[in-house]
Amino acid sequence: MTDFQVPAPPSGPVPWDKAFALAVLSDMLRIRRMEEKAAELYGQQKIRGFLHLYIGEEAVAAGALRALQPADNLVATYREHGHALLRGLGMGAIMAEMYGKQEGCSHGHGGSMHLFNRARRFFGGQAIVGGGLPLAAGLALADKMSGRPALTACFFGEGAVAEGAFHEAMNLAALWQLPVLFCCENNLYAMGTALARSESQTDLCVKAASYGMAAVRVDGMDVVAVHEVVLRAAQQVREQQGPVFVELQTYRFRAHSMFDPELYRDKKEVEAWKTRGPIHTYSARLKTQGSLTEDEFLTLDAAAQAEVEMAVAFAEAGTREPVEDLLRDVHTAQGAATDAHASRGAA
Amino acid sequence: MGRRISYRDALREALREALQADPRVFLMGEDVGRYGGTYAVSKGLLDEFGPERIRDTPLSELGFVGAGIGAALGGMRPIVEVMTVNFSLLALDPIINTAAMLHHMSGGQFSVPLVIRMATGAGRQVAAQHSNSFEGWYAHVPGLRVLAPATVEDARAMLAPALADPDPVLIFEHAQLYNLEGELPDDGPLTVDIHSARVRRAGTDVSLITFGGCLTKALQAAEQLAAQGISAEVIDLRVLRPLDDATVMASVRKCRRAVVIDEGWRSGSLAAEVMARIAEQAFFDLDAPLARVCSEEVPIPYARHMEEAALPQVPKIVAAVQALLGNTP
Repeated sequence: MTDFQVPAPPSGPVPWDKAFALAVLSDMLRIRRMEEKAAELYGQQKIRGFLHLYIGEEAVAAGALRALQPADNLVATYREHGHALLRGLGMGAIMAEMYGKQEGCSHGHGGSMHLFNRARRFFGGQAIVGGGLPLAAGLALADKMSGRPALTACFFGEGAVAEGAFHEAMNLAALWQLPVLFCCENNLYAMGTALARSESQTDLCVKAASYGMAAVRVDGMDVVAVHEVVLRAAQQVREQQGPVFVELQTYRFRAHSMFDPELYRDKKEVEAWKTRGPIHTYSARLKTQGSLTEDEFLTLDAAAQAEVEMAVAFAEAGTREPVEDLLRDVHTAQGAATDAHASRGAA
Repeated sequence: MGRRISYRDALREALREALQADPRVFLMGEDVGRYGGTYAVSKGLLDEFGPERIRDTPLSELGFVGAGIGAALGGMRPIVEVMTVNFSLLALDPIINTAAMLHHMSGGQFSVPLVIRMATGAGRQVAAQHSNSFEGWYAHVPGLRVLAPATVEDARAMLAPALADPDPVLIFEHAQLYNLEGELPDDGPLTVDIHSARVRRAGTDVSLITFGGCLTKALQAAEQLAAQGISAEVIDLRVLRPLDDATVMASVRKCRRAVVIDEGWRSGSLAAEVMARIAEQAFFDLDAPLARVCSEEVPIPYARHMEEAALPQVPKIVAAVQALLGNTP
């Protein structure tokens, strides 16, 4: 036992048919295995720059993204590998991007923090904390004005709620009743600053509610709860054509980035949270109700690992953008209609 | 025959034309609707186009400029009015980190067809926090196109090509110009490009290179110099990024002397960039050192005589030219 109090691990029946339940498990495994490999490749200096891992938080993306429609817009942060993968960006294109290869989903221009895909309506990969929120409000405004039936899901960390951009975007979205689904991934630390050390009001739903917006909190380590809550919230956004705020309480098992020595939290706290790990607790629930066998788990895991190996091979085989192209894509190419732009990253 | 029209009315005509031509176009900003625009540019448009398309925003520059970028990404053609360049500092992050960079950062997948208009400049005794000129800062940033309409014609005609540009375009309207009057053709299409500088007055002895609110001052200086037998050519840069080097160099090679006039502070000014380019490209064509007339390096003071002393003025331009000619071997 540890000195750190954490809520009981997620438990209880999984109210989904087996195919869906296993697909969600597969989603989480694919993120986990991809990122474990990314960390390893970072150690080998194949991946450079900043690398922010989502390990521990997989239930948020896995539960939430299955509540979205292909027509919806998605805006994410620099900790977006999982969202990108589950949105349908190929793992190869993501890995190649981290390698800085031109086969990457952003042509090697962005790296880990700037994954993009036009066809999947994946608008990044925004690496200024809070910067994605006004963008999301604007995407929703465009949909509202043009009558396009879609919502914009905007993921951001709890650190962003201290930014002016959070408050300005929340106000605009509520004032103009824009179809934005605000998904606040509260992993308790903004880099190394705990929520209580940075916010006078630590109840994030109160902040959202102050803008006259529906706000709901969910255990972000429980993929079942995440999916059910986000599904309802998304439904509410679609039906009422107005914003909803969801706080997803989660925990990052790894350091903030690969440069972070983790001086700000006790190892025991991390270990305590690992008892709530989204993958093993969910697997255990499925096994308890007879929806998952160990063989099935191993098969899903092996498939994820095989996908990772293929993605690495794809990235390794990728090519370097010619230096002669250095100034390409600063401006849209002359004569190129914006709407005709090819989307990258289907590999 | 032409018709006389103010810079302000020319801007409004351009907005009306854009709103009529394309249902994706809308205007968004502080007090653009019910108030009629801080500088009365959008007066009357709310009645004509309604509150969805003439959209009043909260005092929330970071929020609504970011939302403008999002709306552009989402298929609209927003025109975002930031009341003045001073307040645009509150939106520097979305303008630079998002609008300017998104196309490149996404490997060419996303473009941001956004127009941002803002008033700029000093000269109205509104003191330091309302008198800045940051065009040069924006002109520093790859991915942006920066325009400075200094004539009624450009006020009327630059918006259409700016909206047609698939990338973000910033339009700086000097606050002293809104009441400027000029001639426009009665009818027929009025088209201008948004890539070239323009010779506003031909001359042979010295190139006066300027933009925005200083164009009028440069033209007045040229008039006074002509009376002294000095033939000054006046170049209106119009497009501050990308700079039209060819027009500048052609003038400098002809006149062999150049003075750059810029309301920005001297250090790190756009004037400094123009001078560096001349030094790089036309050094051996010069008969005299390059010179510039910029704002003094002080927050713009309130008191009228002190504000006047801080800004480029006609006598300073004339004196700079005379000093150059005195320096000529």
